[in-house]
Amino acid sequence: MTRTRRPRLVAFGAAVVAVVFLAPYLVMVLDSLRTSTDVKTTPPSFLPRVWQWDTYATVLGDGRFPHWLFTSLVISLGATAVVILVAIPAAFMTARHHFPGRRLFLLVVLITQMFAPTSLVVGLYRQFFELNMINTYGALIITNAAFNLAFAIWILHGFFSSIPLEVEEAAALDGVGRFGMLRRIMLPLTLPGLVTATIFTFIAAWNEYVVALTLMIDDDKKPLTVGFRSYVTGYEQNWDQLFAASVIAVVPVVILFALIEKHLVGGLTAGSVK
Amino acid sequence: MTTTGDVQAPSSGRATPGGPRPRRRRSTGIGRVSTPVALLWLAPAIALIVGVVLFPAVMLFRASRSEYSITGLYLGSAGWENYSKVLSYPDLPVVLKNTLVWVVAVVAFTIVISLALAQLLVKDFPGRRFVRWAVIVPWAASLVITSQLFVLLYDYNYGLVNHVLLGLHVIDTPISFLGDDRFTMASMVVVGVFVSLPFTTFVFIAGLNAIPTDVMEAAEVDGASPWQRWRRITLPLLRPAMLIATVLNTIYVFNSFPIIYTLNDRNPGFGHDTLITFMYKLAFKSQEKDVGMSAATGVINVLIILVVVLVYLKVVNWREETR
Repeated sequence: MTRTRRPRLVAFGAAVVAVVFLAPYLVMVLDSLRTSTDVKTTPPSFLPRVWQWDTYATVLGDGRFPHWLFTSLVISLGATAVVILVAIPAAFMTARHHFPGRRLFLLVVLITQMFAPTSLVVGLYRQFFELNMINTYGALIITNAAFNLAFAIWILHGFFSSIPLEVEEAAALDGVGRFGMLRRIMLPLTLPGLVTATIFTFIAAWNEYVVALTLMIDDDKKPLTVGFRSYVTGYEQNWDQLFAASVIAVVPVVILFALIEKHLVGGLTAGSVK
Repeated sequence: MTTTGDVQAPSSGRATPGGPRPRRRRSTGIGRVSTPVALLWLAPAIALIVGVVLFPAVMLFRASRSEYSITGLYLGSAGWENYSKVLSYPDLPVVLKNTLVWVVAVVAFTIVISLALAQLLVKDFPGRRFVRWAVIVPWAASLVITSQLFVLLYDYNYGLVNHVLLGLHVIDTPISFLGDDRFTMASMVVVGVFVSLPFTTFVFIAGLNAIPTDVMEAAEVDGASPWQRWRRITLPLLRPAMLIATVLNTIYVFNSFPIIYTLNDRNPGFGHDTLITFMYKLAFKSQEKDVGMSAATGVINVLIILVVVLVYLKVVNWREETR
């Protein structure tokens, strides 16, 4: 933790940062409380001309909403769990061991990220159609996991590599095996990396749109991002409901973040090699 | 500290991946394992990648070598014709220029601003948790929705940005941020940077937090100025985080679709498109409606990203980094 000599200046700067980051979304909240026509009125006004408080009740009362929320949660939590479980052994192996093809593996993982989902969506549909997995949570969980694996592996690789060898040597002297080393010694030391990977994967899966749009055909099985489309279509434009739903959709992410953010503070290795 | 084999580390004091300690330590051997043992640990990751990504990627490549009708029906093999059609497409130079400007501008601004932001957000001050929550919001919100929000904010008639600038007498007449050629790309870059900042900032925060406090304290005791400490200790130790943030951010910005597609929606032609929106429009919105050409563009896009990333890894000496 960095101590600061100018706490007031820092706090002021941070407040400015918070305002800049929140300003567009404050507009979004205000837009959700306007009537849909007020969103596009000249001249614009900062505050709604009529406060329409029941938008949120309308969105939450929509019978489809709980289904969409459930799908989003299942897919995002599922994909995050898969990514973390798959990335940890791969990152540990590539960071702490030498074997032929180590760098090639890291590069291939990176290459998977280079394919834009938009360009692969046709093939993904074909693939899951053949496997009879259209409209299943499993298809979206493994797709999201596969497309977000690279970041988790790379960042955990970085964190594993940074752990001083003395820590590992001491543990080896005490007779800890490779698996025990990973679980008891290494993982606690890479907590900031794990937290970053968790947040990253959860958010990526939570906001994924193109693949879910293609693979989830049942209205009840759509995630929030796809479900929201029905609020603004060629036939009706309920901007208020779209924005209210979007505001609601941000909440679970911020809750998750609030729960695990404190673990971003690492510094655990400080003093572990004295 | 023992030294066993594998000594390549020049004592330049560069950081190891992820962080905290100077290179010296790496001269001790990391465990050497046989390939089968290593594969066992990598197997889940390889299975996931092969199982999900391989088939669609092969499909994309096959489509790029096939001929399709305007309604998307398969007509037969096309050889490399789709590629030559894309490469000789009159709008391609503009699209490539846009892609270059877009990627370089968004990535450069994002990295520089996030470095400062991360530096600020690791300090201890009242309300830090709240500010961190605020910074995550543009990431947490759906990109499609954020893009639509900015279309409203930038609007010529009812957009709040013009409203505020007019109110402050910065401008006399409204600006058509998304319609005027002088402003369109810049307006899109602002949104691109805005939504990219949280990711890179949190990668940097994690990286900064991994720097052991004793190193910093030692430098302070030795009388290093804050600038020297930042330049000589923080920055080198942040290299791995920088590498991850830059490489992945570059890939995401290359492939970023919703911002450009949504903000540029009302402009005809390909004047402000990047490769990825060009690819989409070729298949669905152009006169050609050619799935084959679109797939060829998708393959070209991957190849360009691959070359850019490999050059970057070469420049930053990634091989040294992963020894």
